[in-house]
Amino acid sequence: MQVIDLATMPLRDMNATLQAQGAETNQRAWEIANPRGAHAIAVGLDAPIAVRVAGSTGYYCAGMNQQAEITVTGSAGPGVAENMMSGKVVIEGDASQYAGATGHGGLLVIRGNAASRCGISMKGIDIVVEGNVGHMSAFMAQSGRLVVCGDAGDALGDSLYEARLYVRGSVRSLGADCIEKEMRAEHLAELEELLSAAGSDAVAGDFRRYGSARQLYHFNIDNAY
Amino acid sequence: MSDTDKAGAPRTDPIQSGTFTRPINAEIRRAAATGIYDIRGGGAKRKVPHFDDLLFLGASMSRYPLEGYREKCDTDVTLGTRYAKNPIRLDIPVTIAGMSFGALSGPAKEALGRGATLAGTSTTTGDGGMTPEELGHSDKLVYQYLPSRYGMNPRDLRRADAIEIVVGQGAKPGGGGMLLGQKISDRVAGMRNLPAGIDQRSACRHPDWTGPDDLEIKILELREITGWQVPIYVKIGGARPYFDTTLAVKAGADVVVLDGMQGGTAASQDVFIEHVGQPTLACIHGAVQALRDLGMHREVQLIVSGGIRTGADVAKAMALGADAVAIGTAALIALGDNDPKWEADYQALGTTAGAYDDWHEGRDPAGITTQDPALMARLDPVEGGRRLNNYLRVLTLEAQTIARACGKSHLHNLEPEDLCALTIEAAAMARVPLSGTDWIPGQTL
Ligand SMILES: Cc1cc2nc3c(=O)[nH]c(=O)nc-3n(C[C@H](O)[C@H](O)[C@H](O)COP(=O)(O)O)c2cc1C
Repeated sequence: MQVIDLATMPLRDMNATLQAQGAETNQRAWEIANPRGAHAIAVGLDAPIAVRVAGSTGYYCAGMNQQAEITVTGSAGPGVAENMMSGKVVIEGDASQYAGATGHGGLLVIRGNAASRCGISMKGIDIVVEGNVGHMSAFMAQSGRLVVCGDAGDALGDSLYEARLYVRGSVRSLGADCIEKEMRAEHLAELEELLSAAGSDAVAGDFRRYGSARQLYHFNIDNAY
Repeated sequence: MSDTDKAGAPRTDPIQSGTFTRPINAEIRRAAATGIYDIRGGGAKRKVPHFDDLLFLGASMSRYPLEGYREKCDTDVTLGTRYAKNPIRLDIPVTIAGMSFGALSGPAKEALGRGATLAGTSTTTGDGGMTPEELGHSDKLVYQYLPSRYGMNPRDLRRADAIEIVVGQGAKPGGGGMLLGQKISDRVAGMRNLPAGIDQRSACRHPDWTGPDDLEIKILELREITGWQVPIYVKIGGARPYFDTTLAVKAGADVVVLDGMQGGTAASQDVFIEHVGQPTLACIHGAVQALRDLGMHREVQLIVSGGIRTGADVAKAMALGADAVAIGTAALIALGDNDPKWEADYQALGTTAGAYDDWHEGRDPAGITTQDPALMARLDPVEGGRRLNNYLRVLTLEAQTIARACGKSHLHNLEPEDLCALTIEAAAMARVPLSGTDWIPGQTL
């Protein structure tokens, strides 16, 4: 295991070191010590490496991740794994607002709670939150899946496109154009797969599914407010 | 109708209201019939104080000119000198503004790249992501980072020559974008991860940051991802130029792009285009003043856009303190947008060449703002690139002509002192004296 101590190595060097790892690297396990809430930790990675951040992070940890598996042992600040393309990011604590924003792929797992706007504008990423999510989660979510094992706050899935949302607990309110939908066999199957990929023991049958009513897809008088 | 009534008394002339004008009345009828606001492309059409309201003084007894065709008058500009390891060096200070693929056709993007590359300047992507057409034909390509993040990915981010974070656009400061279903072809839909054929909205606010303190961290993240190699621009609409520029610089911008209200858009509400934001002329002084107050003028470069049409506009914007300008609408016109040669087609659409602005409908006779294969084929990207290059050269030659007449060996040496204003409004907005006086409104004599 390679250890990078952020107390002594500048952020720039830490990211440059991790970004320099290629597909062939034999240094596949990394630990970042003393993250102390720094911003932009382990961003722009693109190699099949495992990075364990020992502590809590500031904004945009794991931003635009490709391939790498990044674990934050503490909590993550705003925009964790924003625009992730592939790979896996696990937050063992809580995540602040905009977790997984605009993500195009990969899996984001949050063991604690996620604040507001979790999965905002998501474009293919899968997000599994073991706790609750705050208001406006999955706002304008385009594609991908958001799984919430706890409760969802106000206006879940507002202006939703084609993302699929699964919530086990209560939903405070649904946003514009978001409706509850029938849970069919294929949904149970994909949910089981997601839960197992996230290492969650929640039971798929306990969830409800939400999606777009597709009533805002055409710009007309009733939609213009 | 006779001039007299039945009793032989003279009639009053029928007088059209200056308030309820024909266009206003037509809009009221249109609104009454449809119940939805008018959407269109282009920029503000109303007349606002503009560069035409400024004049250059030229040389005289106290200033001597440079020889028109012989003496050197340089035009190069370097953008992004503040933090980027690789600033962008352009031969001319006129860049091509960000215009989305989706709004524009693939061949139009290619033509913009070709023309800009021939002229030694940069092009810019737009909402919807980077296309092979523009990447393949643009020697220098600026990648826009927009609220929608359609097509955003680290690979394209890293192959761009600069990143432009779009906070606002002059046509609609505070507004998002829209692209109506007619233009959402399978290709456009695929790039945006959305179903084909639906009307789509681009957010007006970034999904993962709000305010300048967050932006500072966002810029840090983008620099960390791109290894501090490329310049980061911040594009703002002409709203509060002094404060917006100050905050953009504070957040770490290498370059500020300032877009005034005449700036074009692919599709917005007409009410937004015409009634929100300040004229380009009124925005420049505030932005330049902000840079000066921070000791950052020329350190952080300023690109001005919104209604740039001629070399005189280029020279005036630069004399007021811009380092470069960007063009959108004018570049499209150079490619053939609104060309009278398509008049019959414009008529069939209920409009006329020069007035056509329903770019969102995707039926552009000139084949530029469309995704319809038959219409797209009307634009030859090679010929379009040639025309754009010609036009960019003329802009540059014109600006040089003026600069030499003012005795300047580089366009950047133009200064407010070279200018006067034709109207009190323009004098007040641009902070140059009213012609024939030494009076700048708002400044004590
Ligand atoms: C067809 C079209 C599409 C545009 N798309 C974008 C865009 O995607 N992103 C953006 O920041 N600005 C966009 N703009 C605005 C331009 O970048 C630029 O600010 C404006 O066109 C400058 O004003 P001008 O048209 O008067 O030259 C667009 C403009 C036009 C005309």
